[in-house]
Order: sequence, then C-alpha cells, then structure tokens
Amino acid sequence: MNPAVELSGAELRRGPRTLWSGLDLQVRPGEFIAVLGPNGSGKTTLLQVLLGLLDLSAGSVAIHGSPPRRGNPTVGYIPQQRALDPLTPLRGRDLVGLGLDGHRWGPGFRGRTRRRERVAEALAQVDALEYSDAPVGSLSGGEQQRLRVAQALVGDPTLLLADEPLLSLDLARQRTVVDLVDRRRREHDTAVVFVTHELNPVLPVVDRILYLVEGKFRIGTPAEVMTSENLSELYRTEVEVVRVRDRILVVGAEDSPVHHHDEPVEVGAR
Amino acid sequence: MSTTLELLQLDFVRDALIAGGVLALLAGLLGPLIVGRGMAFAVHGTSELSFAGGAGALLLFGAGAVGWGALVGAVLVALVFGALGLAAHERDSVIGVLLSFGLGLGVLFQSLYTGRSANKFGLLVGQIVGIDTGDLISLAITGLVVVGVLALTYRPLLFASLDPTMAAARGVPVRALSVAFAVLLGATTALGVQIVGALLVLSLLITPAAAAARVTASPLLATVLAVLFAEVAVLGGIVLSLAPGLPISPFVAGIAFVTYLICRAVGSVRTRRRASRTVVPPGPDATSTSSQSALANQSPRPRS
Repeated sequence: MNPAVELSGAELRRGPRTLWSGLDLQVRPGEFIAVLGPNGSGKTTLLQVLLGLLDLSAGSVAIHGSPPRRGNPTVGYIPQQRALDPLTPLRGRDLVGLGLDGHRWGPGFRGRTRRRERVAEALAQVDALEYSDAPVGSLSGGEQQRLRVAQALVGDPTLLLADEPLLSLDLARQRTVVDLVDRRRREHDTAVVFVTHELNPVLPVVDRILYLVEGKFRIGTPAEVMTSENLSELYRTEVEVVRVRDRILVVGAEDSPVHHHDEPVEVGAR
Repeated sequence: MSTTLELLQLDFVRDALIAGGVLALLAGLLGPLIVGRGMAFAVHGTSELSFAGGAGALLLFGAGAVGWGALVGAVLVALVFGALGLAAHERDSVIGVLLSFGLGLGVLFQSLYTGRSANKFGLLVGQIVGIDTGDLISLAITGLVVVGVLALTYRPLLFASLDPTMAAARGVPVRALSVAFAVLLGATTALGVQIVGALLVLSLLITPAAAAARVTASPLLATVLAVLFAEVAVLGGIVLSLAPGLPISPFVAGIAFVTYLICRAVGSVRTRRRASRTVVPPGPDATSTSSQSALANQSPRPRS
C-alpha cells in the first residue's frame, strides 16, 4: 500500500526565503504525525502543499501515490477554530454537508438520501447529532469545532490534515478534538498530519513529530526529537527540554510549541 | 377596490406584474447569499452606480437605452466590489467612495436631461408601468441566465460565501466565484433599479433574505422564504400602488419591512424558548479534564 503522504527532497521557497528544503517524510496509513515549530516556520504552508493549493519549489510530493489535487475527497481538513457569525444561515448538518460536496458544481439533486445518511454518520462520529439542526452561530466554540471535525470526516478521508485545530479551545475541548481524531485514525486507519502550537495535548496519541525551525527540521518519535540537544541545535540557542510527569516543557525557546497558550495566536500567516 | 380590479385588467399592469415577479424571484434567490456574504452595502453601492449608468444612457441615447446603461453601470461596479473579495474593512470604504461618486454623476446626468421628467424620476423611485414587451424579453433572458448560472454554481457559491476559509482549502475558486457572483448581482440590481428604483433595491435584495435568516438557518428554506417574501412585497406593492397612483417603491418597501419585523419577532421568541429549554449538561467535554490539563493551567506562561 502506498504511504498516505510521501515527500522526498521537498523544498518550499517564498520569495527570497526558503521555508524548508530537503524534506523527506513518509506518513503511513493510520499514523499520527504532529508538526511543530515557531510562527512562520512553514507548518501551514506544508498543509497547503498537501491540499494541492501550493506547489513545491523542488522535490516531489504524493498523496497515496498521486500528486496532490484541490478538492481531493480522500483528504480531510480541519481548520483553526474561528467563531462563526451568529447569523450564518447554516445548521450544523449544512456545514458538514458542505464538507462533502460544497466543492462540486451542478445543482446536486441526485443522491440526496445517500448524502443525508453520510452527513448523519459523520455527525454521529463526533457525537454532534444532538445539535445538528441548530444554527451554527448559536453553538459554542467547542461544539463548532466538533462540527469541523465532522466536516473533515464526512468525505471518509484516508488522510486527515489539521491546522491548529486546538487553538482558542480550552483544555477539555482540546482533549475532545484530539480524542475524536485519534479514534478516527485507529478505527479507519486514517493518516493524520496535525499542525499544532502545543505538543502536550497530542502527546499521548502522537507517533512521530516533524519539528520545523527556520528551514531546519527533525523527524522522529517524541523521545527522539524532544531532546535539549536537538532543540538547541534547531533554535541555535541554549534550549532545555524538561519532562514533568507526562508533559514536555521547553525552556529557552521563544515561541516554542509546548507552552500553554490560552489566547489565540495567529500562526504562519506572515 | 373596484378601481384596482379594473386597473389589473390592463396590459401594462399585467406586464408590470410579470416583470416584478421575475425580479422578486431573482432577488429571493440571491438574497441569502448577499446576506451571508455581508454585502448589503455593496448592493446599495451597485444600485447607485446602476442609477448613474441608466441616467447617463438616458441623457446620451434616450429612454430606450436606460436598461443597458443601468446594466453596464451595475455590472462594472459589481466587478470592482467582487474583486475586493470579502475583506470587510477595505470594502466598506471603497463602496462608500464609489457610491457617492455614482450618485453625484447620476444627479448631474438627470439635471442635464431635458426630456420627460417621469423618465428621470423613475430610476430613483421605480417606474414599473413603463415596462414594455421588449423589456420583458430582456428581463426574461436575464432571469434565465441568472437562474442557470446559480443552478450550476450554487454549492461552491454557498460554501465560498459562508465558509470561505474551508472552501478555499477544499479547492473552491473563491475569488473567481466572488467575481461571478458580482456579475449576477449587478444584472439583478440593474433590473431592480428599473422596476423599484435605485433607492429601494435593498428592500428586495436584502430585506426578504434578512427576514428569512431570522426564522431559519437552513439555506434551502431561507431561499424559499426569501423568494416568497420578495414576491409578496413586489406583487403586493404593485397592486396596492395602482389605485392611489403612487410610485410602487414605498409599498414594496413597506411590505418588506413588515415581513422583516414579524420574522424578527418570531425569531427572537424562538431563540428565547430554546435558551430556556437547554440547561447546559455537564457533558464529556467538561468531565474529561485530567490532572495533566490541570497542571497545564498552572504552568507559567512566558511573555516575550
């Protein structure tokens, strides 16, 4: 079976800046990869490449053996939680339905029943059936983010991309989202590439880490990557990695991904 | 009452009702998308530029060219608004700038025009009795084109309008759709300017959809209701305006406004009922906080 994601010698330049180069990464089906790194290190850009929205400057990328393409139904995407306008004229089930066929042209009169079933299945997977008829704008941030997960799962993806889905959620809601994603990959062998600012919420479920800092990177299990030596080298400054119970704390790296942020931070948007 | 019934027998009244019916259909179909995209102000701007285009055509080429002038003005400016995308701050000020400029141009053209004053007044407050068979044909063509394009692009358009970030990630051409939508909007606005007048186009393109959004969050039902409300406002407005011999726009705007008030009231009663029914249960979300997360709450947050 083809790897869910295969990057070889991948390089991405933005103007004069090289975000990363020489990136080799294979993501197996069912594997959970966390992508860490400070702001502007190209984490979101990596997802854009996998979504087919951006081309690599060099090297190659394949999703299940074929080049990425826009609107690929086997790729699900969970965005950052941003509160939806209270008057957005959509119900939960409509939001999820847009994830299934919102990118398709034509009136879409055929297959309405099957569509309704699939939307209901996805809602059930995230335990959101209860409020699926409520206007999305009336739901809490946590509820909206569950719908986002359902919206990503409704296409039955074999690769799930998540871009800071935990940002601006409280810790309990972060856990819920991580658990939902983890359950999905265990039950359906869906590969997960999870961009995050914070490692600790995903630490219990993560298989490998891709740690990007200013064009350099490390790939490996948390134990392999999260060492004082590695991070000091990446950040080019004295960085200490401390383990406290089952958490990892990084001391000395400005804007490091393992501090707890309780306010939204714009990531990779520069 | 009897006068109204007699007047309803007249050909031009029948034509007016057909024209109003088509306009209301288009307005109801586009309305929820306009409201969803937060483009009410852009519609107003488009209608003023459409007015300028119509007035300019009236001055230069006579009454027969008004429709084309209105269409050109509306589509041109709608394209500008469409190209601005959804970044609200910049868009608002650009619309304000173009709107006032367009209105000024229109007033200038009207002052220079020396023909029938009904022609002048019509573009601002509506002149549905002036519809003739040729107008009906161009109206029907515009209607078919708008409905056809909407049918083909509806799902991506809805996605891009209401959930733009996600739509872009799914490969929906958000920018191109924004421009396409602007053209549909421009064409519909130009029709509206000729029928209800530039000042009150909003009462058809916005009010019915805003009313519908108060009572339902289902996009399909919202569209059906918006079409229904728009039809009631236009057809009702035309019929009511016949006997007193007044312009139709105050009646259209009045009916639309009443619909909106009723929907708002219904909507707020429902919201209150829903709120009193839902007692927030301590779901799995609230209970799964582990010792690990509790610890994280206490960890000091470094500031740079």
